[in-house]
Amino acid sequence: MKVGVVVFPGSNCDRDMFHVLTDVFHLDTQYYWHDKGLPKNIDAVILPGGFSYGDRLRAGVIAAHSPVIKDVQKLAEKGIPILGVCNGFQILVESGLLPGVLLKNDSLNFMCEWTDLIVENNKTPFTNQFKLDQKIPIPIANGEGKYYADDETLKKLKKKNQIVFRYANVVNGSLNQIAGVCNEDGNVVGMMPHPERAVESEINPIDNKPSSLIFESLMVQMGAKN
Amino acid sequence: MASFNVHVTIENKPGISDPEGETILNDLVLKDTHKTVSKIKTAKMLKFTIKEKDKKTAQSKVQEICDDLRIYNPMVSKITIDVFDA
Repeated sequence: MKVGVVVFPGSNCDRDMFHVLTDVFHLDTQYYWHDKGLPKNIDAVILPGGFSYGDRLRAGVIAAHSPVIKDVQKLAEKGIPILGVCNGFQILVESGLLPGVLLKNDSLNFMCEWTDLIVENNKTPFTNQFKLDQKIPIPIANGEGKYYADDETLKKLKKKNQIVFRYANVVNGSLNQIAGVCNEDGNVVGMMPHPERAVESEINPIDNKPSSLIFESLMVQMGAKN
Repeated sequence: MASFNVHVTIENKPGISDPEGETILNDLVLKDTHKTVSKIKTAKMLKFTIKEKDKKTAQSKVQEICDDLRIYNPMVSKITIDVFDA
């Protein structure tokens, strides 16, 4: 079972993600540079957080034109699980793989704090081990994390059960407190908070088990864990 | 072929909040004596220099670039294009 972590110029959570996948969950993980292709036999792809291209023009928009995104699109169409975290989520939105848009936080500040998520959809490859409405204590770290979708898109999101995570409280002005969404098929998931910063008890002051379920869900999905 | 300066202004569509503009208005301008100001909107401007046969072509080429490369996100933003002789 192979997991790919895509690295863009300006990614800075790629090593945290790699560490968690290899050292905590013992998955066969490889980095893939953004201007190279992805292997066809890869089992999951993760777009990590960071500041690809220094957030120039708009967070994620320049990376969305990287050659690797064409392969991510092909894999997404095949049903391969794809997870975008923070800047990875912004890239998935800007490349059209996920609906909606991420705007500057209402506070205009870079927000770095612990928050609580609520699981709204436990049918995705990254949430299948959660109970509905389960709470996840998890950190956010972003300046452009306010989710927005127009009325028509929001209606579709609700109808097709594409809202995966909501913030338990008002955090940054996100529409309907949306913190993560998936595509219609459910295999592409994007989330603003950072699960890779929350799965180890040494750095999670609250409870590291819920965030671990994101990766354990993926392992169950891929048959690496029963 | 002639050279043109093409200014692309990217701003939020009506209804999309602009907290930066609101802060400049409420916490700077209205706190001073400029009570006649009712609204401030922030925008981003890109200034292209482009060689095309005429102004109209320069405008349509820049529009095409902005649409194709998602220079602005049509869900929340709109653009205004102004063309000048270079």
